[in-house]
Order: sequence, then C-alpha cells, then structure tokens
Amino acid sequence: MTTSQLTGGVDRAPWWRVPQRQVPVLATGALLLVMYGVGVSQYRAFSSIQVVFNVFIDNGFLLVVAVGMTFVILTGGIDLSVGSVVAMTAMVTAALLRDGLPPALVLLIALLIGPTLGFAMGCVIHFFDIQPFIVTLAGMFFARGMCTWISSSSIPITDGFWTGVAQERIRFGDSFVTVSVLIALAVVAVAAYTLAYTRLGRNVHAIGGSPQSALLMGLPVGRTKIAVYTVSGLCSAVGGILLSFYTLSGAPLIAVGMELDAIAAVVIGGTLLTGGSGYVLGTVLGVLVLGVIQTLITFDGTLSSWWTKIVIGGLLFAFILLQRLIGIRKK
Amino acid sequence: MSTGKSRLAAVTGHRLFWPVVVLVVLLAANAAYRPSFLAVEVKNGHLYGSLIDILRLSAPLVLVALGMSLVIATGGIDLSVGSVVAVSGAVACLHISERPDQNNVAGVLTALAVAFGIALLLGAWNGVLVSVIGIQPIIATLILMVAGRGLAQLVTSGQIITINSGPYRTIGVGHLLTLPFAIIVALAVTVALAVLTRRTALGMIIEAVGGNAEASRLAGIRSRRIIFLVYVVSAACAAVAGFMMTANVSSADGNAAGLWVELDAILAVVIGGTSLAGGRFFLSGTIVGALIIQTLTTSVYAMNISPQTALLFKAVVVIVVCLIQAPAFRARIRTRFRRRPATPVAPTVVEKQKEQVAA
Repeated sequence: MTTSQLTGGVDRAPWWRVPQRQVPVLATGALLLVMYGVGVSQYRAFSSIQVVFNVFIDNGFLLVVAVGMTFVILTGGIDLSVGSVVAMTAMVTAALLRDGLPPALVLLIALLIGPTLGFAMGCVIHFFDIQPFIVTLAGMFFARGMCTWISSSSIPITDGFWTGVAQERIRFGDSFVTVSVLIALAVVAVAAYTLAYTRLGRNVHAIGGSPQSALLMGLPVGRTKIAVYTVSGLCSAVGGILLSFYTLSGAPLIAVGMELDAIAAVVIGGTLLTGGSGYVLGTVLGVLVLGVIQTLITFDGTLSSWWTKIVIGGLLFAFILLQRLIGIRKK
Repeated sequence: MSTGKSRLAAVTGHRLFWPVVVLVVLLAANAAYRPSFLAVEVKNGHLYGSLIDILRLSAPLVLVALGMSLVIATGGIDLSVGSVVAVSGAVACLHISERPDQNNVAGVLTALAVAFGIALLLGAWNGVLVSVIGIQPIIATLILMVAGRGLAQLVTSGQIITINSGPYRTIGVGHLLTLPFAIIVALAVTVALAVLTRRTALGMIIEAVGGNAEASRLAGIRSRRIIFLVYVVSAACAAVAGFMMTANVSSADGNAAGLWVELDAILAVVIGGTSLAGGRFFLSGTIVGALIIQTLTTSVYAMNISPQTALLFKAVVVIVVCLIQAPAFRARIRTRFRRRPATPVAPTVVEKQKEQVAA
C-alpha cells in the first residue's frame, strides 16, 4: 500500500480527498461556520460585521497566548504558566506606568519579563529533565505570586499613550477594530510563517513527532525546546500588554485559568497534544469558536455563564474523539 | 567508620530523606517564629494545636493526592479532581438543603451516597475515555476539569448553598477519639489503600501497567481494567475530600470549592518522589508531600502573608524539591563537586545525549 502511494504520487489523489492531517482544522472551520449561521438565523443583530470584529477585540490576547501555546504543544510539551505571565505582565506595566516611567521603556521591560521566565523554564526542563507540567506549574505559581507581591489590588492605567492606543478605533465603514486586534493578527501571521517556512518551525514539528529521531537526525533538540518556551513566554507577554490595553488596568487575579482556555483552543483547533501535528490557523479557529460560543450565550441572555464551560467541555470531547478516530484510521 | 558512612549514605539516599528534611525545616522555621507552634493541648477531651490543625486541614489534600498517586503510577494524570470535589460537595449540600430536617443522620447519609455515586460516575467517565477510547489522560481529564466546574455551578444554580447540618459538619470539624474526624478518615483511607496495594499484588500490577501497559497486557494483566479502576478510585477519593472541604465551611461554592486542588495534589505526589512518567508510586512520600504543602500554606498564613503571595514560596519549594530529586540535576552537581570546577561542560552534554538516545 505504501509503495503504491509512493509511486502513485500526488496527482493520483482525487481532488476531493483532503489530506488527513487537515481534517481536524477543516472540522473546526465547519463548526465555526455552523455556529455563526445559527447565530445569524436566531438573532438579527448577529449578522452585523461588528459582531465578528468584537469576537476578535474580546479575544485578541487569548489569540496571542494560544498561538504561543501552539508552539509548546507542537513539541509535545505544555505551558501552564501563560495565564499568570499575562497577569504579571499587565501588573508590571500598570505599576511601572503609575511610577511615571516613560511608556517606551515600560513596553520594553514588560516584553522582556515573559521571554525571560519562559527561557528559564525551558532551561530547567531541558537541562534537568524535569517534566514541563511541573516546571511550568511552578512558573505559574511564581508569576501569580509576583502579581500580588506587586500589589494586592487592581492598579488603573492612566498613561496617555496607553489610553490613546486603547481608545484608537480603526474604522472599516461602519465597524471598527482596535489596535490590539491588528497586533494579534500580526503575531498570528509571524507565528504561522515561522512554523511553516523556517528552520525553527521544522525543528518544532520534528521534535513533536519524535524527539529521539530528531536527536539522531542532528537537530538541535535542546535549543528548540528552550526556544518554544521562550516563544510562549513572549506571546504571553504580548498577550499581557494587549490585556492591559483592553482593561486599562493591572489586576492580580485577572486571567486566572486562561491557560485552560488556551489549551482548549489549541486542541479544538486540531493540534495533537502528543505533538508533531497542527497549524496556527487551527488555533485561530479554535479561539474564534470559544469567542463565538461566548457571544451566542451573551446574545441569548437566558443561558447562564456556566453553560460556556459545559459547552467547551463537550466540544473538547468531540474534537478529541475526532482526532482519535482519524488516528485509528491512519493505523 | 565505613559502616557509619554507608549508613549515612543509606539514610540520605532514601527517597523520603529530602522531602522529610524539607518538612522538618518548615516546622522548625514555624517553631522558631512562634514558639507555641509545637504545643498540643487537650481541651474537652479533644486535641488542639497548630500541628493538629495542619493535619486536619491537610486531610482533603492527602485524600486527593493518594488517588492521584495511583493514577500517576499508571502513567496517567487526573486533572479533574478539583471539579469532582466541587460537584460532590455541591450535590451533597444541595441534597441536604432540600431536606426539612437537616440534622437527620439518615438524610445526610443518603446525600453522601448520592454525591459519592455521582463522583464514581464521573470517575468512570474518565476511566472509559482513557482506557477504552484511548485518549491521552491529560486531555481526557481536562474535559471534565473544564466541564465539571460548569456542572457544579449548574447544580448550585451559580449560588453558594449554605447548610446548617450538624452531622455533615462533623465530617469537616467533628472529633472522634480525641482526634479530628477528618484525620481519622484520611488515616483510614491511607491504611486501606496501603493494604490493598502493598499487601496484595494490586500495587505491583498498577506499577506494571504504568511501566508498560502493552507488555503487562501480554503478561496477562487486564491493563485496561486497572487503568479504569484507578480513575474511579481517584474520583472516589476526591468525592470524600469534597465532603470534607464543604463540611469545613458548611457551604458549597461550585466555583471555588477545590479550585487548583489538582495542582496541589500533583505537586504532593511529585514531591513525594513519584515520577510523572509512571511505573512507581510511593504512598508514604505522597503523604509527606501533602503535609509539606499544607504546612507551607498554614505557616504563610500565620506570618500574615496574603494567600496569593504564598504562591511565591510554593514555587520556590516546588522547584527546589524537584531539582534535588531530579537525576540529571544530581549528576550535574556531583560532577561539579568531584571534578575540578573547570571541567568542560561538553562531555556531560554528550553523555546526556547518549542516554537519551539509549532511552
């Protein structure tokens, strides 16, 4: 069978046969369209393009964080610290701005915290061979502890540059997006390019597929592992800054449990948790699915917020089952 | 002299050595900070004191962590225990609150049975996902971790259910034979699990499944059944912990009950020397781990540090304990001490790579 496939080449495959690795992503896309269709048919205001933009505006930071998580999960690891790092970045930003530091400097410092912590965690994971789960859990505790150490209550941001960016509206006809959305989309584009077309991206996929084979092939396994946690930390830092634009404050208990949303988005987006297979586009679709669920529940008005969690749980189940079925068929 | 040295090496080499040292250091630090810390007194025939409080408050965590040890021993992980804690507590409290007489013992027992049954179902759901469908444990239980919180809030309708039931309160704060009831329950479960796993072949079978599920299946062990079983046991332990936690405060909060207890439980297991890779488990280590975490929490509260800032200390302790126990870290320290400090790093890196390839 393999021989015939090999000799058959690409052009023998019928055009309607989608490569199997893309099935989960397409399923997520289809689900998103169905959910959007349901929304449009049920609620008149849903068809407004602003609703779509609002999903991006409300989930811009989650999008960035989930993209970082995609890198980590593709290598077969996991990063539980992202939610806390987001909160810590927002907190540090707010505290430094309150102390009167210039915005450019604050931005630089805030952007450095996440990658530094991510780099440190990556080093511990690689050099001392401790499970990513435990190391990033410690990172999560550390970052969350730092938040309350900085301040136990919320710090408002009144800086001119920050409020200016937060209130900037980029108009498309009647609707608008915020600067955060553009930043988030830029991060997505860079990440998608990196994963698909650069050496780092190929290493990430190779390590996720089989770390030992990657090592035998001479790929820099350790460097790549450390790199993905650094990338995830950087994405969390960017997410934290976007969150500080969104809320114009830093609060110690914000973004609690965001790591779960990010992991859920990545899984719903079709990335295998064992690593090796997945797309940034899938993660984007996963975040949008989560966003549309929330929008639908808000539009309905009678459903309580906990239905969000139950629906997300159900979706996780459905998608994991789908991945599992595809996995069985492959065998 | 040499036997003394080897005895010393045997003690320091014991897997419980470092966790116990950390626990003793924590207790000593507390005693130094507050001399009355170690005092235990008898009032009305009940034992009171900070040490007893730590034991009592650590009872739920010990239970959850024991169940978690078995799951981790099979190479799995159970993220859903926090949600199971919330669901079982919510169901029990809801059941009791709907009764005309909340102090009726039979009524409380029915409520406990119903909640316990639901927890077993949730455990069975996890077990089926992992053992029958073959989903990765971390993801299979993530589903229930996310959805279970929603279910708990659905049960309580998003409210905090407050109850006023003497028998139910007993589970959390009552006394039996001078000891708090919670400690006795935790002790009973510990003994039961220890006997079941270490005096029968069950423990070895669980470790065999964790070592290599396929090989153990070929050796005649019904590995799927064992994997299913450990998730049910884990949920059962979590349910009892849920009763304790809600009984402690006489109310059920679907949102906050048992929040992050899964992380604490996993930490307790790892601090106790059980590898997340599976194949071995140490119930005694897990209990020491749970006690370390609870002592840390209690002492930080006693020093008037906010609970959130306490996480900083937790992070430090976790990293220190895990580093001490990590073979890679030990080897690195050893080479650093034995050879000259100027030893090039390159050889160790090569060795490490070779190890990885061999593994």
